[in-house]
Amino acid sequence: MREIVVISGKGGTGKTSVCAALAHLASGGMTDAGKNIVICDLDVDAPDLHLLLSPAPRRREAFISGNEAEISPEVCIRCGKCAGLCKFGAVLHEEDAFVIDPMRCEGCGVCFRLCPAGAIAFPERECGEWYISDTRFGVMAHALLNPGQENSGRLVSLLKQQARELARENGAETILCDGSPGVGCPVISSLSGATLAVAVVEPTPSGVHDFERVAALCDHFRIPVTLIINKADLNPAETARIRALAGEKGRTVAAELPFSPDVTRAMIAGKALTETDSPLAGLLAGAWKTIDGLAAQAASHKTPNL
Amino acid sequence: MRIVFASGKGGAGKTTVTASLAALWPRPVIAADCDVEAPNLHLFLAPDLPEHAAITLDVPVLNAEKCTACGACKDICQYRAIARFGRKVLVFPDMCHGCGGCFAVCPEGALDTGKRELGALEEGTFSAAGARGRFIMGRTRIGEAMTPPLLRALLARLENMTAQAGDDVLIDSPPGVSCPAMTVAGRADMAVLVAEPTPFGFHDFKLAHAAFARTGAELAVVMNRSGMEGNEAGDAALRAWCAERRLPLLAELPFDRAAAEQYAGGGLIARTSPLWERRFRALAEALLQRAEQGGRHA
Repeated sequence: MREIVVISGKGGTGKTSVCAALAHLASGGMTDAGKNIVICDLDVDAPDLHLLLSPAPRRREAFISGNEAEISPEVCIRCGKCAGLCKFGAVLHEEDAFVIDPMRCEGCGVCFRLCPAGAIAFPERECGEWYISDTRFGVMAHALLNPGQENSGRLVSLLKQQARELARENGAETILCDGSPGVGCPVISSLSGATLAVAVVEPTPSGVHDFERVAALCDHFRIPVTLIINKADLNPAETARIRALAGEKGRTVAAELPFSPDVTRAMIAGKALTETDSPLAGLLAGAWKTIDGLAAQAASHKTPNL
Repeated sequence: MRIVFASGKGGAGKTTVTASLAALWPRPVIAADCDVEAPNLHLFLAPDLPEHAAITLDVPVLNAEKCTACGACKDICQYRAIARFGRKVLVFPDMCHGCGGCFAVCPEGALDTGKRELGALEEGTFSAAGARGRFIMGRTRIGEAMTPPLLRALLARLENMTAQAGDDVLIDSPPGVSCPAMTVAGRADMAVLVAEPTPFGFHDFKLAHAAFARTGAELAVVMNRSGMEGNEAGDAALRAWCAERRLPLLAELPFDRAAAEQYAGGGLIARTSPLWERRFRALAEALLQRAEQGGRHA
């Protein structure tokens, strides 16, 4: 089994549009050689892949992650010990009461365990919902975090676990994941156990800067990286530099895609780019061939991480 | 006046808008990049950043001579950063969230304070297109999963910087609607949501609106990349959605390939043409006007 994770560092470089096209291609699109794949949207903060894949949920579950402190004003003796202990500034002293700011509560439970009056409850926290759905390209694991919630790293781990189980049940060879932007908690969770990272890079100062950070993260976890340079013609000199740097690092550039209004057009139509007559479709088909080959190669070097 | 530029979707134009506004802000200003995982504002404002401070988290270090392997530290740790095997206690500092619970419960004083580097704050000044201002940013260490403490340190430092002079602050927010973005917005007077009228952009904008409405900051919207060919319905839908909720739509920045190339070359899009400069001056004006009228602390 191989896990391919699409990442970027910077947001808005085209991860999701690329991922939808790869899902179409991996499931046999454009070739009619239907294959079982599992699709996973790990951008749980701001998921968008469902807008292209129109998933029909067959299973829906609450995402419970960790706990949250709650002070009972009737039992509280106003000693302030909790406020002194809390390293996250989550205990607010308001007039004659101590209250927990749920946005700051890290769920460590220190106040709950050490309150001398036993005035603090520590209920489980419901942070969002996750789904197993059917799409035209295959089964999909995805989720939605409640607005302003945290623990997105844990939700990412949960989705990956679900995706792996689905892949085993269905005998799917490939898990294809849409990652989240940045280099922090959710991205680290996304990359854990990945066979190959596909980085969608745009030739802009921000795009390159953030790509380098996320590529360093992949190196840190020894995950091979292949690149798709998106909007390549916006800055041809920078594109050439990215290509040269990739060569030096032994990374393959799987495709260079020109800036094109077709991307937004496909989005409006709710389609993967490869389902449209855009010239980008051919370039993406070539990219998938390269990615498929690299993933097979990487998987053969690696003991399956289950 | 503290204004945060946020969006649900990455790449909506937060940094672009923040950078251009900072460069022509008519009052003393601090530009702050709070996207500590993927900071980019410095790439466009080219600040001189002589000051550098490492930000660390206090993590437990076991003093094996004092430890009796009672397990109190392991029991209170919610993050599985402490384990006990037989009579041996092991600490995994990378898993630690710095809650301090283990220190508080260890009866033997067998935990010493160690430091884990979360990242760094960098501080200095920028001068872009004649305007000058102060600049601060945070940058996480690669491989570090915890961003909120670094952000809190950045916001505390920002608090100090404004206490001295009362400058306006323009903040480039992290994307998304989870803890880092909410931590930043929680401290702002006004949150400007930069929204792209595409299906992805509109969807994530609605998520962002739901999240940011809870922070208490006054909300306003800047539509970025309006007028894309074939997306007229998207523009209209975003406009109507804002009007229904009485959300002020402060500017519509049209899609323009010249501006996209200016950005790709590292330039400020306010410098693409005199017309673009006028657009940003008008946006600055509109923001200051709203600041005069209200804003949470104004």
